[in-house]
Amino acid sequence: MLNLLVEISKYILIINILLYTLYGFLIFGYKNKKKQNRGFLKQRAFIITIHFIGYFILFLQQKDFMLIFLYLGEVILFIVTIISYQFVYRNLSRLILNHMLMLLMISFVMLARLSVSLAFKQFCFAASALIISLVIPFFIEHFHQLENLGWLYCFLGIGLLVFVAVFGDEKYGAKNWISVGNFFSIQPSEFVKILYAFGAAALLSRAERFKDIIKISIFAAVPVLVLVLSKDLGSALIYFVMYICMLYIATGKFAYFGLSLGMGCIASCVAYRLFSHVRVRVLAWRDPFAYIDNQGYQIAQSLFAIGTGGWFGMGLSGGLPGSIPVRESDFIFSVIAEELGGFFAVCLIFIYISAFIMFINISLKMKKSFYKLTAFGLSVQFFAQIFLNIGGVIKFIPSTGVTLPLLSYGGSSVVSTIILFNIIQGMYVLDQIGVDAVEEKSKPKGRK
Amino acid sequence: MKKNLSQKGENKASVPQKKNSGNREIVVLTYLMTILLLSLAVYFGYYLTVRSSLVINSTYNKRSELLENKILRGSIYSSDGEVLARTVSDEMGTSKREYPFGSLFVHVLGRYTHGKTGLELSENFNMLRSNINPVVKIANELQGKKNPGDNIFTTLDTRLQKAAAEALGSYRGAVVAMEPDTGKILAMVSKPDYDPDGLDAETWDLLTADEQGEARLLNRATQGVYPPGSTFKILTALEYMREHKNYKKYQYDCTGNDVFGEVKIKCYGDSSHGLVDLKTSFLKSCNTSFANIGMTLDKGKFRELCDSFLFNTELLLPFSCSQSSFVLDKASKEEELPQTAIGQGKTGITPMHNAMITAAIANGGILMKPYFVDRRENAYGETISKTVPSEYATLMTKKEALQLTDYMKAVVESGTASSLKGTDYQAAGKTGSAEFDSSGKTHAWFVGFAPADNPEIAVSVILEEAGSGGTYAVPAAKKVLDEYFKNN
Ligand SMILES: [Zn+2]
Repeated sequence: MLNLLVEISKYILIINILLYTLYGFLIFGYKNKKKQNRGFLKQRAFIITIHFIGYFILFLQQKDFMLIFLYLGEVILFIVTIISYQFVYRNLSRLILNHMLMLLMISFVMLARLSVSLAFKQFCFAASALIISLVIPFFIEHFHQLENLGWLYCFLGIGLLVFVAVFGDEKYGAKNWISVGNFFSIQPSEFVKILYAFGAAALLSRAERFKDIIKISIFAAVPVLVLVLSKDLGSALIYFVMYICMLYIATGKFAYFGLSLGMGCIASCVAYRLFSHVRVRVLAWRDPFAYIDNQGYQIAQSLFAIGTGGWFGMGLSGGLPGSIPVRESDFIFSVIAEELGGFFAVCLIFIYISAFIMFINISLKMKKSFYKLTAFGLSVQFFAQIFLNIGGVIKFIPSTGVTLPLLSYGGSSVVSTIILFNIIQGMYVLDQIGVDAVEEKSKPKGRK
Repeated sequence: MKKNLSQKGENKASVPQKKNSGNREIVVLTYLMTILLLSLAVYFGYYLTVRSSLVINSTYNKRSELLENKILRGSIYSSDGEVLARTVSDEMGTSKREYPFGSLFVHVLGRYTHGKTGLELSENFNMLRSNINPVVKIANELQGKKNPGDNIFTTLDTRLQKAAAEALGSYRGAVVAMEPDTGKILAMVSKPDYDPDGLDAETWDLLTADEQGEARLLNRATQGVYPPGSTFKILTALEYMREHKNYKKYQYDCTGNDVFGEVKIKCYGDSSHGLVDLKTSFLKSCNTSFANIGMTLDKGKFRELCDSFLFNTELLLPFSCSQSSFVLDKASKEEELPQTAIGQGKTGITPMHNAMITAAIANGGILMKPYFVDRRENAYGETISKTVPSEYATLMTKKEALQLTDYMKAVVESGTASSLKGTDYQAAGKTGSAEFDSSGKTHAWFVGFAPADNPEIAVSVILEEAGSGGTYAVPAAKKVLDEYFKNN
């Protein structure tokens, strides 16, 4: 009977997420407000259905009453978020909000399937981040110095990264963790990413002369180098891609983009020759099965999981995620693909694409160069993270050890991504009020 | 969404601006990034539909038990359509693996319980995949019924397998028969064996304890490493031909024994062969002459030849194989040469590897990749995939292959394999009597193929501790060849 329920649930979950994803794109085309509203409500209904079915199946399997509390806690968190955000973020993008909740919800369900205590921790991280984010619109609206603090972001970010590189702990081969007390550790590079976007946007939006560009680029390269040296290749790549894209937007000169991309390629070749940990990644990517006992183990196990699951998956709790290393974090996508199926996993990719396009739309609408660059930089960061993570676990590109936004377990990752979503959300709100209007209103010595 | 993006771009462009808005650039980069994200989805789909079936069929993938809850493991068939292994489930839903031929195929099929081996292991996931109509599949799943897994059609022939097993008689040893021009393995027998049907804990304990030292669990065909004895003279002769263009002029006077440096070599059965050339040395399997040849060889080049003949490397076969070893190299002492040249000393070879070398000679120097699975069919009998023969390596030139064939024909016509003489199929081959310790007992070897001029089958036979190759291994090989050509 239980098996039967798991089998049926598999297909219901796939249908739900398929429809959800479809609306994620249809809504772009809706001009009619009512139609849009209905679309967003339907999306929420799909979220609620998937959430309920997920926990229902998990409860039948595990018979753990903690799951019920967790489920109810999450439902309350979602409801409170939806209501409070509508007040704090006036006229927020409901598409982005829905995507954020959808991805968080899937993360909760999958982590509860792996370990209830992990799910509980993730729930606490997400809840705190959602609460902290309530002040973001206030910040963006009232702190007009944000764009004047370019060098502060720059030195603060570099300082933090250097501090971690010197005093940090090594986890999964990268030295990018700082322990606070005994059981709490954070990954500062996840937060510095946001600071980096702000810094680059603030500095680039003011850069007039070629000399300024050179100076900024040199300072922008420092964090990348520090990250490469602390073996955090994924973050280094994200920073690098984010910077060259922002540079292109700020200057409008494709030559800069091409040149820096070329320099990046040369630098990767040098890194390949210099560092064995870079070579190992490439080796494991080219033929994971030849090195299956060591370097290729993770990626091979990930491919087994995805391949065995097939298009329809093994059913929630029906897979063998225990065999995948770092399953709760870097390889969560493989766990989802194995149990919920290839169709489900592809839908996730499309949900990310939908969110990414919405982010870009917001940055296109921004009038002020600083906001535009920040929003765009954060969108690129979001893109790079998805591409590196999923590309790595499906062996499309060498694995670089980055987390998957909102799905991967990890306080630093989930908190920084929720903040990223909400900064963009805050800018969207700001844009609707009108940046100039806000500026006018808040000028203390304006004529009145 | 594309429309949406470009629209925004246009709107912006129409608004007068102080400086470059950057929106055009944003749109360009966004297209690029969206394409990259879409390519993730495309690659993912490609992996699932095309690549994954090859990838997941790995012994490192631990998911087969999960799949067996959903799929009724497929059957294994012989090339003549007999069921070699099948899973039956009773009314209670418990299923059991059956082997209608008992122990006959055990080493090549492998076992299902107590740690999978053989084809049961290498084809594990292929039998746990159901390529039936997806709608029927989903309907079955929803009814809680197991879907039928795909069936495996092997290249193994039951008649030939039986003949090979009978040919070994009560001796320990192995027989491998393969098609030289395709690489199909037609028969693979290793004795002694065991019955995989209903292998219980008690029997298993006896097998693993192995108090008689029989190593019944060992597949001697692929895992047994034996001294090649005189079968190795094929490679010594080839190396001599490569190093001496006028090899046909070679002469040596055999008196039945000779001393090379400090090493004493004598011919088998104390016979003296008189004045011999290379061909006569080969067909009489003259040890002293071959030791003499060995002394002239370049050790480094000899090593290169053997490495190119797949010694000291893992054979690319679907299940576990021991490596054949050839340790002689540039730095080796002269005194190792005579023993090495006649296939004694430190050289070791598996019967499978010897069959592959023989098949390459039969196929004009080109070794075809050995395979056991001809095709996979779904439960409706539709072919899902079929193995296309592929080249493994080119071991020698056509000319060299023809020259060796000529020598091997002479071995049958007027040499040590005379019991194969006079058959309709005209075989060619080489015998070997390999000493394995100081007792003077020998393993009986024969490698060969038939018909010599248009080879259809190559065999490799070893009978442990039987005696001379000519007396024991050749008749055994004849039984297999007779069976093969009986109906053809
Ligand atoms: Zn002789």
